[in-house]
Amino acid sequence: MALKRGLFRLAETYRPSRPHIRARLLATQSAANNEERQSKNQTHFGFQTVDENEKTKKVHEVFETVAGKYDLMNDVMSFGIHRVWKDIFMARLAPMPETNLLDMAGGTGDITFRYIKYLQNLRSKPTEGARSSVTVCDINQAMLDVGKVRAERLGYTKESSGVDIDWLCADAEQLPVADDTYTAYTIAFGIRNCTHIDKVLEEAYRVLKPGGRFMCLEFSQIPNEALQWAYDQYSFQVIPVLGQLVAGQWKPYQYLVESIRQFPNQEKFKMMIEDAGFRQVAYENLTFGTVAIHSGFKI
Amino acid sequence: MYLRKPIQKIKSEVQIRLIRYYTASENAKVTYHEEMQNNFIATNIFQKALLTCGSAVIALLDPHRGDMIACLGEVTGENAIKYMHSKMLQTEEGQDILKNKPRINSKTIAFETLSQMPENSLGRVYADFMKDNNITADSRLPVQFIADPELAYVMQRYREVHDLVHASLFMKTNMLGEVTVKWVEGIQTKLPMCIGGGIWGAARLRPKHRQMYLKYYLPWAIRTGNNAKFLQGIYFEKRWEQDIDDFHKEMNIVRLLKK
Repeated sequence: MALKRGLFRLAETYRPSRPHIRARLLATQSAANNEERQSKNQTHFGFQTVDENEKTKKVHEVFETVAGKYDLMNDVMSFGIHRVWKDIFMARLAPMPETNLLDMAGGTGDITFRYIKYLQNLRSKPTEGARSSVTVCDINQAMLDVGKVRAERLGYTKESSGVDIDWLCADAEQLPVADDTYTAYTIAFGIRNCTHIDKVLEEAYRVLKPGGRFMCLEFSQIPNEALQWAYDQYSFQVIPVLGQLVAGQWKPYQYLVESIRQFPNQEKFKMMIEDAGFRQVAYENLTFGTVAIHSGFKI
Repeated sequence: MYLRKPIQKIKSEVQIRLIRYYTASENAKVTYHEEMQNNFIATNIFQKALLTCGSAVIALLDPHRGDMIACLGEVTGENAIKYMHSKMLQTEEGQDILKNKPRINSKTIAFETLSQMPENSLGRVYADFMKDNNITADSRLPVQFIADPELAYVMQRYREVHDLVHASLFMKTNMLGEVTVKWVEGIQTKLPMCIGGGIWGAARLRPKHRQMYLKYYLPWAIRTGNNAKFLQGIYFEKRWEQDIDDFHKEMNIVRLLKK
């Protein structure tokens, strides 16, 4: 278990005196702040400032540590609502029998399994010779390993499901994939952890076939002040405590709630997706804006 | 009686490291300070309350979650730790511990050497105990929720010395032995986690052990807790050669289980 490992190597995370106010200030970062960070090749890791190459390593450590209890913690923290978010996400994607999906940051397989189930429930079957496929891709092998075990346990194999499943350990910013390969690209609760979001979006654009669809499910900002305050209280007071109780780890979950505040809001992220070349970019808020589904097409 | 390790007996490289470690008391303090700062997590009253309730429930439901017992001890133990600190300062041995801040893990304790010591020595008893019960001295978690480094060390020391208390009281690591040791520690340290553990842990005992507990172990634990010297203030690392019966006489401990 995680508690048997040695000292957890994340540097101490400091707690801002009034997290919700600081969170507001940081979420809508001024241009000056960004420039300063970029000139020194630094970025944010939760509320800390770190070197860019350090961030990848630290994020990697976070996910290696939490992989074992990842799914349980998701259920505990969101009271199971994350399952509904992911169900809606797959319904919005509405894959067809010949879709080739790249499930980025697919880790423990939640999106992939829903994709396979959705295709199985469709009435129409793929035409002769064409197969639906999904490539589960994650930068962290530990998460992929958990996913593989789950796939076996739940019975998702190539033969039984009729869908080709591949597992790929790779960096979203540098995919070892040819141009124009996939018809759909999803990234659920992963893009927030990437060091260069713009690079991830560019890679997504590159590997999609023309007409392909990009979809992202990610934590976002709540437009309503009072609700955002309540959400901040829950995030900072309760979630790391739950992490300590359920998973024996406090700091990864402190990182989680801080990284949510650091991520651009719905409008800003929409503009970033458009900058990468996608068109017909739209977003939909779920649970008052706690999460948002962004979608764009390569057309 | 405060034994010192004879210099002539030093052989292995590990022992040399051990001596260096204890003579470099200033270094030891700084390293523990840094380590403690790395692990420290600030918590407010609301979070402490949540942690208390949550860890108590989880520790009851799953006694194998040692981290929950550790968490409960830290979050509820502030006053008890202050009491332990003041008790340690009352003896020269305790003051030495606080000055040197020795740690107990497989790097600082030469278990190989200890297991070759004479049969009845404290060191041999400890090494045998660890081997017989299949436990390692490396499974003690770092202290996370205590702000003051001195008090954090006292808690860390309590945790690391726990196995030694087990060994010198000849209590096994099954539920019965654990509950008994918790009673002794609870009376001596006043830690709420120990007192709670002693009461609630006993509720989990199976009928046969429960009988033994009520008839023999519990009364013995209460007597020992009250009569024995303050075990947390004992510099065990300087007493490896001491004969165990001698140790018991000095500490005012009467064995429950005959050899």
